[in-house]
Amino acid sequence: MKLKTFLGAASAVALSASMAYADGHSKKFDFPDLDGEQLTVVSWGGAYTKSQVEAYHKPFIEGTGAKIVSEDYNGGLAEIKAQVEAGNVSWDIVDVELSDAVRACDEGLAEELDMSALPDGMDGTPAMDDFIAGTLDVPCAVPTIVWSTIFAYDSSEMENGPKTIADFFDTEAFPGKRGLRKSPKANLEMALMADGVAADEVYDVLGTDEGVDRAFAKLDTIKDDVVWWEAGAQPPQLLADGEVAMTTAYNGRIFNAVAAEDKPFNIVWDGQVWDLDLWIIPKGAENKEAAMEFLKFSTSTQALADQASWISYGPTRKSSAPLVASYHSKPDLQMGPQMPTAPENFSNALQNDFEFWADNQDELNERFNAWLAN
Amino acid sequence: MTDASYHTAPIPGSPTDARGALLAADGTPLKAKLRESMRTSRRRAFMLVLPLLLFVLASFVVPILMLLWQGVYNSTYATDMPRSAPIARAWDGTSPPTEAMAEAMVLDLRDAREAKTIGKVATRVNRELSGTRSLFTKSARRAARMEAPFLDALVDVDEDWGKVETWGAIKIAATSLTPAFYAAAVDAKYTATGDFEMRDEERQIHVSLFWKTIWVSGAVMLACLLLGYPIAYLLAHLPMRTSNLLMILVLLPFWTSLLVRTTAWIAMLQSQGVLNDIFVFLGVTGDDQRFSLIYNMTGTLIAMTHILLPFMILPIYSVMRAIPPSHVRAAKSLGATNWTAFWRVYFPATIPGIGAGGLLVFILSIGYYITPALVGGQDGQLISNFIAFHMQRSLNWSLAAALGGILLVIVLVLYWLYDRIVGIDNMKLG
Repeated sequence: MKLKTFLGAASAVALSASMAYADGHSKKFDFPDLDGEQLTVVSWGGAYTKSQVEAYHKPFIEGTGAKIVSEDYNGGLAEIKAQVEAGNVSWDIVDVELSDAVRACDEGLAEELDMSALPDGMDGTPAMDDFIAGTLDVPCAVPTIVWSTIFAYDSSEMENGPKTIADFFDTEAFPGKRGLRKSPKANLEMALMADGVAADEVYDVLGTDEGVDRAFAKLDTIKDDVVWWEAGAQPPQLLADGEVAMTTAYNGRIFNAVAAEDKPFNIVWDGQVWDLDLWIIPKGAENKEAAMEFLKFSTSTQALADQASWISYGPTRKSSAPLVASYHSKPDLQMGPQMPTAPENFSNALQNDFEFWADNQDELNERFNAWLAN
Repeated sequence: MTDASYHTAPIPGSPTDARGALLAADGTPLKAKLRESMRTSRRRAFMLVLPLLLFVLASFVVPILMLLWQGVYNSTYATDMPRSAPIARAWDGTSPPTEAMAEAMVLDLRDAREAKTIGKVATRVNRELSGTRSLFTKSARRAARMEAPFLDALVDVDEDWGKVETWGAIKIAATSLTPAFYAAAVDAKYTATGDFEMRDEERQIHVSLFWKTIWVSGAVMLACLLLGYPIAYLLAHLPMRTSNLLMILVLLPFWTSLLVRTTAWIAMLQSQGVLNDIFVFLGVTGDDQRFSLIYNMTGTLIAMTHILLPFMILPIYSVMRAIPPSHVRAAKSLGATNWTAFWRVYFPATIPGIGAGGLLVFILSIGYYITPALVGGQDGQLISNFIAFHMQRSLNWSLAAALGGILLVIVLVLYWLYDRIVGIDNMKLG
């Protein structure tokens, strides 16, 4: 897989991102003059929004003179749908998951984007070849990061910690509460992988009734020990409070707790479920042109590489990989090995299948909710 | 003044007509004049409340009606697939799909892809049969190149197009005015042949949730009554200085943000929280066997009871304040024991307050949403959490509307029952 190799190189390059940063933006990216314009940029909050503010917003404000209002939301298309249907779109650009990007595009909730306007990579590769294969396929969305659902534990509480996804479901060998996201997504996949299904067969199995039964049966084995979380900021908190012994989480959130708050958390990459985050511009956005400029800048080689020095989500441009260096405040902390796509983390990984979820989420959500309530 | 009084007692010296009725200065009957002036003042009063009336209509009545309408009416498919919708509706639901159905489908798929409405249409059909979403989007991408015979062309893309099941889902989606969403809201399924059948056991959820919601609301109401009644009694009977202080203690949480109070309970009740720490310190429980007091039903009950307590205390308090102390004294002087005086004299007088508080707490908790969402964990979720889920996550607004409609009916039925049993005139809010 192409993806597997491209980020691995990152750790080898010890070029300081912050050095490249200073001259990188002013020279390499041609900022338009947007003095007096105001943009509303919507994202997921916490450490993730912080990484975007540092790598995207600040240089963009400096370069263009535009103002940026940063708003948080919890994912999903409900607000965008409400705004578009009311004809009063106050969000200009929104960070969404792949499945939502596809739905937004299909349902006419997002503007179609002119992909040829995206800047070439810093090494001269045209944008169409620079992004990871297949990630520019949604005509309304441009990807920024690769993120992953992993599970993590507190290494100060557990000396011989879990190693595989099966250990997460083994409450005898590893007693204690488990944190899981209150949604069937990723949980069913992880349950099947823990039950011995190979990553590339997970969705085939999950496509059958027996497969769904099997996944729920596996979840049943830990049901009484689960603490459910909903917002991405919760799992590190649950771990820190000792509420759970291990929890699934977005890898960047755990990384942030380790890097910024010195928490003794360990990530187990086995059985990770990875996905993309993308920018979309809601249909009829007030400042569509300015939003497009922001989109072009924030998905440029340097901006993506800069973001990776704030949080451990992999950039989606191949040309960004060699520029990814160390954590912004800790020169010793190389970011390459922290990425979901680093070869040593990627041996048993599964890409979230948005098509499967678009087809089956109503039914599986219903079943999941019924399973939870009973 | 009644009609009779005009005739029987004319004021001496005032003008009257032939029948003896009073006349105004201009010669018209006084009755008509009075009615006219009343009409003007009534109109003026109506004009004064008109803005409020319009506001209530526009912001309350109309949205509720629209919501109820959305629960039975969804025209996504009929609007965006104008050719295939009538044909699908006319189809009997059991015979194999025909070429005419397929042709209309292919033409509609082409247009829907052009118009970017295919996603909406596919999502609508997918609500009836999982897997049809990708069937529609995939087929729409290829529809432009399809040629007659269209049924074969569709089956070439995916054999699901040959199945009666698929067309059954299309038929249901094509019918705009449909009981399908209300059926889904009570765990049933509306089929293409017009029957209702129950869903698989493992997918049934709403009915049990409605019962759970009613049960939780009842339990919270009862807990509020048991805790609130003595407090209200103290408030009404302690000396002014002490009772004022107590009143502040009741009102302070009332004025505090709901979210703050809910999160405070998380800090109190979580397994590493204040309460559990105290239990461990006192030796009530071991360090590794802390109680699970939150993220479950217990947490929901505790937090909701605390948050809704003032709604019980305040109406009861206001009723108690109005009961003359002489009543109880009189009962005692006539030989009643303390208990009899309370139970036979004092308590019946407080029933209007209990009724008001109980109804208030019950109706508030039946639609409660934020607290169960935050502290409910997996089994402390109520029906309103699922309405929110379908509004915000699954975007199935029609199902959310159907669930909301049922909830509204439940509240109205309970209100009616209350009126029959206790009497709504008896209610006193303060």
